[in-house]
This record gives sequence, C-alpha cells and structure tokens, in this order.
Amino acid sequence: MSSGKIHPTRDAGGAPVREDSFRFPRLSLRFVPVWRRNFLVWRKLAIPSILGNLADPMIYMLGLGYGLGRLLPEVGGASYIVFLSAGTVCFSTMNAATFEALYSAFSRMQVQRTWDAILNTPIALDDLVLAELVWAASKSFLSGIAILAVIWALGLSSSALSLWVLPLIFLVGLAFAGLGLMVTTLAPSYDFFMYYFTLFITPMTLLSGVFFPIEQLPAAFQALAQVLPLAHAVELARPLLLGHAPDAVFVHVAVLAGYLVVAYPVALALARRRLLQ
Amino acid sequence: MAPLRVAGLRKRYGAHDVIAGIGFELARGECFGLLGPNGAGKTTTLRCVLGLTQPLAGEITLAGLPVPQQARAARARVGVVPQTDNLDPDFSVAENLLVYGRYFGLPERTIRSRIPELLEFAGLGARAQTSIRELSGGMKRRLTLARALINEPELLVLDEPTTGLDPQARHLIWERLKGLPQRGVTVLLTTHFMDEAERLCHRLAILDGGRIVAQGAPHELIEAHIEPQVVEVYGENAANWAGTHAAGYAARFEVSGETAYCYVSQAEPLLAHLTRQVGLRYLHRPANLEDVFLKLTGRELRE
Repeated sequence: MSSGKIHPTRDAGGAPVREDSFRFPRLSLRFVPVWRRNFLVWRKLAIPSILGNLADPMIYMLGLGYGLGRLLPEVGGASYIVFLSAGTVCFSTMNAATFEALYSAFSRMQVQRTWDAILNTPIALDDLVLAELVWAASKSFLSGIAILAVIWALGLSSSALSLWVLPLIFLVGLAFAGLGLMVTTLAPSYDFFMYYFTLFITPMTLLSGVFFPIEQLPAAFQALAQVLPLAHAVELARPLLLGHAPDAVFVHVAVLAGYLVVAYPVALALARRRLLQ
Repeated sequence: MAPLRVAGLRKRYGAHDVIAGIGFELARGECFGLLGPNGAGKTTTLRCVLGLTQPLAGEITLAGLPVPQQARAARARVGVVPQTDNLDPDFSVAENLLVYGRYFGLPERTIRSRIPELLEFAGLGARAQTSIRELSGGMKRRLTLARALINEPELLVLDEPTTGLDPQARHLIWERLKGLPQRGVTVLLTTHFMDEAERLCHRLAILDGGRIVAQGAPHELIEAHIEPQVVEVYGENAANWAGTHAAGYAARFEVSGETAYCYVSQAEPLLAHLTRQVGLRYLHRPANLEDVFLKLTGRELRE
C-alpha cells in the first residue's frame, strides 16, 4: 500500500462503494452468537413470556370458538372452534414475530444500544439483522407450538398432517419478522408502530380468513386477500389441521417466502442507512 | 506494523466536510489522544477507523488490515469502549463478558477463563453475579473497559472514556488505562478533558473543524504553541486594566468576561505590577495543554 495516497474507498472486489448503496446480504453463521444473546435474555423470562403469548389468543379462541360457535352451523366444513383454531395459530404466530421484531428489536437497536455494542465486534450488520430475523421467528415458533399443543390437547385436530403446521409457522414467523424489521429500521420512536398495526396488521387479520371464511368478503377484498401473507398462512394451516392436503401449496409457500426474501434485504438496507452513515 | 495508520481521511455529510483530510499513525504500546471541541470530528474519525461508516477518501490500516475492506477481521483484534454505556441490562456482570466474547467467535472455555482476571482488573471481582442495574456509573464504565479487553486486543479504542464520571471514578479509570501499554496494548482515545489528555497520552492530535491543527507530545505542544507561563488576572476592572497595561507586560493576552489571561516568558515584572493594583486578584501558573487548546481552537462555545 503506497503511503499517503488518497483514493476513493473500494470494496473487496475493487468496485467503488456508495454509502447508501443496496447490496445483497452476506449470510453467515456469525448470526448465531447474537441469536444466543436474545435466547439467554428470553430464558430468564421464559415462563411469563410463554404464558403471556398463550393466554390472549386462547381466550379469544375458546371464548369465540365455544361462545359464538354455539350460534353457528358448521363453518368451512367443521365446527367453528376447529375453523378458528387454524386462524389462531397463524394469527398468534404473526403477532409474536411482529411484537419481537418491532418493540424488542427497537429497544435493542435504539434504546439499549445493544446493536452498537455488537457492531464494534467482528459481527456485521448483515449478521445482526439476520439474527433478529431468526430470533423473532424462533420466538413466534414457540408461541405457535404452544397454541398447537392446546389444539391437540383439546382434540381439535388429530391428523398427522397437522405436524406440517410446525414448519409452516416458522416460515410465517420469518416472513412477519422481516416485515416488522423493515418497520423498526424506519421507526423514529415506538409510537410509529401504531401505524403498522392500524394500517396493516389489523385490517389484514380481518381479511385473511382468521375469524370467518374469506368467501364472506366482497369480491374486491377477496382479491386483496390474495396478496396478504396471513391469508396464505391460513390457507395452508386450516386444511392441515383438518387432516387433508392443502391446494396450491407451492403458491402459498412462495408468497410467504417472497415476503421474507424481499423484507430481509430491505430491512438490512434501511438498517445500514440508519446506523452506518 | 503500526496498530493504526490513517492517511488523507475525508468524510462528508451533505455539503459539510466533517473530516477534511487528516492523517496520524500510532506506535505500538503508546496512548494516542484525539482532542477537540464538540463537533470537531473525533467520533466520526473513530467510526471510520472501525469501518462503521464509509469515508469519502483516505487510507486506513487497522491492525495491519485495510479498512473498510477488511474491517470485520480488523475489528476482531480491536477493543472498543463507546461513549455511552451499552452493557446488556438483562445480564449479570459476568454474563455481559461471556456474551460479548461470543461475538468474537472465541471458544466458550477461553472466554470463561478470561473473565475472572478481567473482573479483577475492573475492580469487580466480587460482583460477577451482580445485575448491571445495580452498578454505579463508574462500575459500568470499568465493566465496559473489561468487556473491550475480552478478545485481548492489540488496540483499544475509547470514545470519551470518563465523560460523566465523578473524580474518584475518573482516577480509577485512568489508573487502569495507564497499565495497558505495559501489557502491549496500544490505546486510541478521544477526549475534551485536557487533564485527561495530559495525564494519559504520549502523543495527541488536536482536531478542529475536521482538521488536525496540532500534533505531538503534550509538553512539545505546550513548548511549541504557547508562552511557558500564564498569569490570570481577575476583577471587575480586569478588562479595563488589560486594555491599558497588559500589552506592556505580556507577549500575548486574552480577555474573557472578567478575566484577563496573560501569556508571558518572564512573569516577575507583571507580578510586581499586579501587587500594586487595587481590586485585582491574580493567579500565576505554568502554561498547560488547555491554554494550547484554547489558543488553537478559540474560546467560542461549540454548540
């Protein structure tokens, strides 16, 4: 290296680097120590965390399922509580991933400055955002399993096909963690998350066949549901819990995976813009 | 190979040059200070050095590796004490070190074997299981310092290490930092405390407006930039007095509020004069780094 020579900064390949440039994420296993950090924190509060994640959806599922269910004939070829159970698994997995990727990740990024501490080590932002993504999905996975366990225990699903819900909820967790991290890396404060819930999560929940069949909706809303990740999650979970193979599996998986593979690089680019300027 | 070499470094935010072409080089085992008022570019320089932001131009070699190209590998050999504490509040003292060590990819056994010694070094030997929330500000800083040493770094980077600490806590941090060069650790620190810089730094660079305005050992800077003695004159009419008399006795003088600072080579004639003045008090002292700093960067507030 010649001393004192001034030249523009170049990346490893020699191409000039623009500060705000989007580049493809570099995936590595270095995300694991960060995932373990979050896991260690969670372990200290595991019991209240699981109960908290379980109680709320259970109250809705059992309350609406048995209460409202008495007023209804079969819904979608099953009793209402069986119908509702598939929606509840997907809905609470989504919620658990979303809360972790919004509030908890924001605390680590902005309030506790945990991300700053980590970025001073050999861990790159790519690894850090990947760790947050996988961690939020892992936590939502546990939350989904807890609901699934109750569904199995109550005899609401007894098919071996329902085991396929396990990989499904992990994918659902990843997709919503990715979307949540995009919002977090844009958020000036916690208040910002209210927009995300009011404008996206809540309407989506009502349009995705969680509480009632999508077919009840006007045609325009049914069409809109075709692009909503939660709707595709429910389309897979419901037949699996009822014990028959879902239709168009590839399409549903592709939409969920599509949200993930777009959201993670976008969240990373936003994080880079926010933290590495 | 120098632990850190910076040449022609420039960084721009919008149309504003935060760093306008600076260069310095650290020798192994020395403590080098970046001194400057708020907004001088100290923290930005550190961020560039660590590869956390892209410079506009310049060459950085950290631990023998080019940055930002190989920043990740370089950071594996560097410890960082950030300006604001970012310890993990959910963990105990020992867990903070363990979790941080994992970020470096160190084997679990290696980390665990280093923790007792590091806690001893930080004066936290009896507090391994204590929650972070129970620590005082000084203890947190010492733990942050211990955390930065978990990977046995060649270079330790500290951003304003004692800001916000009481005098007792500051002295304890200084004492710990002074021991590091003997362990072969090179230290790069930023500060705006002159006493800190004068005590700790073998060499320092004074930064202002993104440029290095002076560089050298503290005593060299004092000799090169300022008269050896200072007489500070206080009183309601100090300004008036200075206007009529100071130039006759001092090579250079400055008035700030009700104080006149007179920079002199020989203080005796001025002191003899001052003893005859009514309503003026004075302090005679050797020139220090703060005088150099204020001469080079001015007395205006930086806000």
